[in-house]
Parts: sequence; structure tokens; C-alpha cells
Amino acid sequence: MMAWVAFAAIALVILTAALQVVQSTDLVHTVFWLALSLMGTAALFVHLDAEFLAVVQILLYTGGVVTLMLFGVMLTRRINGVRILHESAGKPRALLCATALFGCIAHAIIRDTKTSNNTPVDMADTEALGQLFLQEMVLPFELLSLLLLGAMVGAIVLARKVDP
Amino acid sequence: VIELFAQPPALSAYLLLAALLFSIGLYGVLSRKNTLAILISIELMANAVNINLVAFSRYSGDLVGQSFALFSIALTVAEVVIGLAIVILMYRSHKSIEADAPTELRG
Repeated sequence: MMAWVAFAAIALVILTAALQVVQSTDLVHTVFWLALSLMGTAALFVHLDAEFLAVVQILLYTGGVVTLMLFGVMLTRRINGVRILHESAGKPRALLCATALFGCIAHAIIRDTKTSNNTPVDMADTEALGQLFLQEMVLPFELLSLLLLGAMVGAIVLARKVDP
Repeated sequence: VIELFAQPPALSAYLLLAALLFSIGLYGVLSRKNTLAILISIELMANAVNINLVAFSRYSGDLVGQSFALFSIALTVAEVVIGLAIVILMYRSHKSIEADAPTELRG
């Protein structure tokens, strides 16, 4: 029962924030609603026994990505007054596509009997996750750091003002 | 119904939540004009995928799902960095970040 209450509360926060992200006409508000949605997801990770992931989610997404997005908003708009407005286009068709996609996925989830599994397994702790990363998955882990370095250098090269 | 709620939520509850979040993100990607708003909607979709990975990991007791979610988070951050650089470049060359602004390749 308690698990359902927690799940419902978190799901409500995530979905409300997500709806505001795609509906709000103020770009800065959109970014902040995204932050709320991502924090709700972090709460859901705690609910799912993935505490380390929840911390990473808050550090990288709400700390990094949202700040970057705000910088992006500030850098790409001439600010006239306080509000930065933006509008949507093609709403009915987009709504149709999204509803159709949700229908397909929901149909598949409900038809598959394996997804009615309701006995969560107790997860190993963060130490086991660290062991996994530095033993079994050490190669993808190192490749990931290379990718991040590449992305960083690429972003600097792309956004630099003048070519030498 | 009371029996259903007496037990902890089934895996399908999390999967449905993720599917709904993914569909909302898709709606945003399709309907937004502003490139930054499209990028933000893509974030929502990536987030839904992470929820799926963690939920599967929780219900099968396998840590590999969580590690995949971690990789996915890092990949998304890299994607956002590059995406923002492209948006800023686009603003510099077109003075606008509407997705309709670049028309050089139109036949």
C-alpha cells in the first residue's frame, strides 16, 4: 500500500512536470519544469532501490544539463523584458502520433504476462555496482570517459568564436 | 482491485509510466518549433528510457540494468553538450533558433 502511495505521488509529479514542459509557452519555465521532472525521476530511482543512480541523476541532470540549458536560453535570445516566449506548431498531428505510440506500447505491456511480475528483488548495494564497473565493465567505462572528452572538445571547437 | 493495491506495484506500472513519459516527450519533439525546446523534449524521452532500465533491473535483481542506465545518462549529457553547441552555432549563423530557420538545403 505504502509503495503504491509513493509510486503514485512520484508519478504525478513527473507527469505533471512533463506535461508543463511540452505545454508551457515560456522557455525559462520549460527548463525549470524539466528540472522538476528530472528530480521526480531521481525520487523514483530511490523508490526503485537505485540510490547511486538517483545521486548521479541529480548531479548530472539537474546540476549540469539544466544549467547548460539555461545558458543556452540566455545565449540564443535577445531578451525583451522578462518573458522569453516560444510557441508550438502542428499540435493535432503531434498529439495523434504520441497517442498512437502510447497505445502501441501500453498494448504490448499489458499483453505480456511477464510484466505483471510484482515481486521486486532486493538489490545489491552501491559497492556491487562499483565492482561491476571496475571489473566486468571496465572497458565500456573507460570508453565512456573518452566519449565525454570527445564531446567536450567537440563542443568547444563548434562553439568557438573565430577560426584561427 | 483492493487485492491489486495490497501488493507492491507490478513492473507494468513503471513501464506504463515510462511509456507515458516517452509519449509526452515525443509530442514535445513533434510540436515544438524552438530547437532548444526540442532538445528538452528529447531529454524527457531519454529519461523515460532510464526509468525502464532501472525498473527492469529492480524486478530481475540484475545490476546490469542500473549500469546501462548510468551509461545512458552519461551519453545523454554528451548529446546535450553537442546539441547546445549546434544550437548556439545556428543562432550565430541564422539569428534564430526556430527549427524552420535553416533552409539552405531546400531544393
